[in-house]
Amino acid sequence: MDKFESISSTEKTMSEISNDTPALTQNRRIFPHGKIRREHLISWSFVLPALFMYALFVLVPLVLSVFYSFFRWNGVGPMTWVGLKNYFTIVQFPNLFGSIFNAFKLIIFFSFIPVGLGLVVASVINRMATGRLGSIARTVIFLPQVIPLVAAGIIWGWLLALPGLVNELLRLVGLGSITRAWLGDFNWALPSVGVIGVWVLLGFCTVLLVTGMTKVDPALYESARIDGANWFTEFFNITIPLLKHEIGVCLTVTVINALSAFDIVWVSTAGGPGNATSVPGIQIYILGFSQRSVGLASALAVMLMILVLIVILPIQRLTRETAK
Amino acid sequence: MKPSKSELLVGRLFLFTLMAFTVLPFISIFITALYPSNTIPNGLEWPSDPQWGNFIEAFKVANMAALLGSSTFIVLAVVPVSLVISTMAAFAIGILRFKGSGVILTLFIFGLTLPFGGIIIPLYFLERAIGIYNTRLAIVLPLIGLYMPFAVYWMRSHFVNMPPEISEAARVDGATSWDLFRHIHVPLAAPPIVSLGILLSVWTWNQFLLALVLVEDPTQRTMAGALGAFQGHYATNVPLLCAGTIMILVPTLVIFVIFQRQIINALIQGAVKG
Repeated sequence: MDKFESISSTEKTMSEISNDTPALTQNRRIFPHGKIRREHLISWSFVLPALFMYALFVLVPLVLSVFYSFFRWNGVGPMTWVGLKNYFTIVQFPNLFGSIFNAFKLIIFFSFIPVGLGLVVASVINRMATGRLGSIARTVIFLPQVIPLVAAGIIWGWLLALPGLVNELLRLVGLGSITRAWLGDFNWALPSVGVIGVWVLLGFCTVLLVTGMTKVDPALYESARIDGANWFTEFFNITIPLLKHEIGVCLTVTVINALSAFDIVWVSTAGGPGNATSVPGIQIYILGFSQRSVGLASALAVMLMILVLIVILPIQRLTRETAK
Repeated sequence: MKPSKSELLVGRLFLFTLMAFTVLPFISIFITALYPSNTIPNGLEWPSDPQWGNFIEAFKVANMAALLGSSTFIVLAVVPVSLVISTMAAFAIGILRFKGSGVILTLFIFGLTLPFGGIIIPLYFLERAIGIYNTRLAIVLPLIGLYMPFAVYWMRSHFVNMPPEISEAARVDGATSWDLFRHIHVPLAAPPIVSLGILLSVWTWNQFLLALVLVEDPTQRTMAGALGAFQGHYATNVPLLCAGTIMILVPTLVIFVIFQRQIINALIQGAVKG
């Protein structure tokens, strides 16, 4: 249901942008009537290779995911039709449904902190470090964005370990009493994974927001400063309202990252300790490939895909509107 | 009016703190990599006897030569094909605008937010059925398909902004659709094609989930996928693990330093358009 709604809503925005009809009449003007059919075939032959790869390796698996989700199946034996039972199982069992809940908690670290902190960093760069320092800061903070997420997971897995750098630094500032194996602690594992997300995504948000800020008319800041505006007033009265579109883009990208997180979590905690950091991506993998509950894993996969759409569409709609 | 001195100081201090937050992890694993194998290193303290040999050791144990070859092969197989077929499709949707192109575009856009995890299970069974499981094609073919929504959307947003007069003038001179594509619109689309190529290369190089699930042999995987396997084997040997991680990071970091402007621009534009 949700999927169909989303299709029709994207269609609406698309027809607004692409406006097919004038182009068609143009084609008719250029070609004599007999050629139209041939041109139509040629057009399709341009689309076909991309459409074929997309259909075979994305759309077919997508339909199969939905199909599998109605069965009990171990991957090799016979498939048993169970209707919606797999979905009920996920909602009922805390260790399965908890993974969805964890994904939402990750949004705080993967989205809210990088976007919030990114806004502050970007406005500091924009106001106080327009020269060399600013461009160096941008490049350095962006660095984690280009390395494999797996590498980020391994690096931080070591930093957050008992003899790792984080505890070392804590001891150095006299906080030795709170040191622990961060990724192995039931209460701290998820926030610790979140910190890895902040490290990876902060640079992306910062650079995107700085780019957005350079488009804001400098005269606005100029006149605000003449009126004696400090950094805070500038930040809340000019920067944030004018950057709604960029903020929306940051939120979209980072929320998708949070909900579909896999690489970082798999490498740093594999969902543990217990189910403390288990997210849908991890559960799908464990259910599908370790426990051989293909139907259950597929049902969770379908729920994940719908969840992403439900969360992303309102953000998209909001920012599109304000962009106008 | 310029920001006051104290404000400048606080601002700069803030930037330096964040840069330290970004860079310290790299420095830490670099130092750790120099500790003797199988010892438990100590934070940021420089080792008394730096073991540069760890890097050579990691290069050998991780079978790095084979990995570099495998990753390069996968990138070279995925990126050019993706660029060609997505540009063709976007050209048909954005310039030829045939009947039904709106529906096709919607179909592609539908896939934009799709998490790879959502289809990984059927992909596994599908690949076993068509016999490409556990080969490099097991990563290459699905990646091409999975890139199509973004790539087509990206190229289309370039093509719809081209003035229609260009195509009309060429048509009057008797150009076929293929001429129009090959000789007029592809050369004009070079900048977005290059950016897209950079993006797809980075994503392919860093792809983990597909490699983990669809290819068992680490030497047939992408760099990121192989790193996962390496971690599985050497989780307890921290210095060697760090050395291996650095070896795997070096190619990416070198490329980033050389092409940093293009890569940053491509990633940012990619987000704004997507």
